[in-house]
Amino acid sequence: MSGLGYIAEAVTLELNAEACTGCRMCTYVCPHGVFAMRDGVAHMVDRGSCIECGACERNCAAGAIRVEAGVGCAAAIINGWLRGTEPDCGCDSC
Amino acid sequence: MSECCTPSLSAPAAIDAAVPAIRVSTELSWSDRLGMLRMRLDLGRGSYRVAPGLYRTGEPGPDSPVLVTANYRYSFDLVRASLAGLDAWLLVLDTAGINVWCAAGKDKLTTTVVADHVIRYRLADVVTHRTLVLPQLAAPGVAAHDVRAFTGFRVIYGPVRADDIPGYLAAGMKATPEMRRVHFGLWDRFVVTGVELAMIWRPATLLALAALVATSGLGAWGFSQSALLVRGSVALFSLLGGLVAGAFVMPLLLPWLPFRAFAAKGAIVGGAAGVALTAFSSGEVGLLAAASAGIALGVVSSYVAMNFTGSSPIASPSGVMVEMRRSLPWQVGLGALAVVGWISSAFVGKGW
Repeated sequence: MSGLGYIAEAVTLELNAEACTGCRMCTYVCPHGVFAMRDGVAHMVDRGSCIECGACERNCAAGAIRVEAGVGCAAAIINGWLRGTEPDCGCDSC
Repeated sequence: MSECCTPSLSAPAAIDAAVPAIRVSTELSWSDRLGMLRMRLDLGRGSYRVAPGLYRTGEPGPDSPVLVTANYRYSFDLVRASLAGLDAWLLVLDTAGINVWCAAGKDKLTTTVVADHVIRYRLADVVTHRTLVLPQLAAPGVAAHDVRAFTGFRVIYGPVRADDIPGYLAAGMKATPEMRRVHFGLWDRFVVTGVELAMIWRPATLLALAALVATSGLGAWGFSQSALLVRGSVALFSLLGGLVAGAFVMPLLLPWLPFRAFAAKGAIVGGAAGVALTAFSSGEVGLLAAASAGIALGVVSSYVAMNFTGSSPIASPSGVMVEMRRSLPWQVGLGALAVVGWISSAFVGKGW
């Protein structure tokens, strides 16, 4: 649904295709279909949908993916500012 | 062990001597469903847990699949309900009662946690295969290749949603692209608004509302009961209206509202409601008070909508930073303007 597009220009996701071993793991773990395989290598086909959850980077054994992962939550970021810590939603349940 | 951590399941839990796992029912009782509703309204969400450990549905053997989930009771219930008629092992991780995706995002569901539970519950003695099916949304916290290195178990990621588990297993543990996608349709958005709206009955919110209404009768006129009623109602409409606009209306209308920033979408909904509030109340409380209340409604809506980023599965932290930098100065500035306008309106203009 295109109406659910979010601010995309700041997304930090980077893929080094030369380091990709073609294991497909990023295509399995991404919840927004950012990656697809082409010629046996991962490509970013919808980089703007990336929510920077970090699943791809964490599961890329080849270290071909970089992303500044975090939780896209304004309340967590404000909490971090107030306490001088990393973003932390402060809730015990989410 | 406190009551919160005892597995209170719809079927009597019994430990079979031959199999080191608690058998659970795959049927959800009314109390399970009521629990789900309570969680959606943020009532006791922090303590809705089951004990971590190895559970089973049906009569699994050494070849049966091992599914892994969090010890948030809602997650656990969804997974066991999806396993109706299936013989499976269910490894419930101690994620401090937090759901899979959030736990993976805040270091509660990690490679180490998975490896630790695999070893502690002697999975290598329970099954002969070496495959763990993790929910896909555990992936931000778990490195599949490291779990294998630590335990010998291969991690494969199952579907996002528990109700796709039967289809996934039937297809030989293959997820369709559809099963791998997180959606945020109208129903998904409606369901999460419950937790957002729950902020209304937090003590801090109620206290602030009460204080605001209570001071509405005070002004240059001294204390006036009619001012308390009329100005108090306008103030209440303004803040509650802002909460409802930002936490309920904006999420429902999300894809159809212009702009991508949630704060801007919230400002549109709240701004429209604010204009209406101003128009309807200026005759009763004067233009200054009415406009202040209208602006406040828009500001509250924008701020609350901005915080809805955390409840949505579509906002990236870098994008949230962009919208916060753009909107916070407006929210603070206009918020201050509304407060100054509201207080001033008690001293100038219309008397009571």
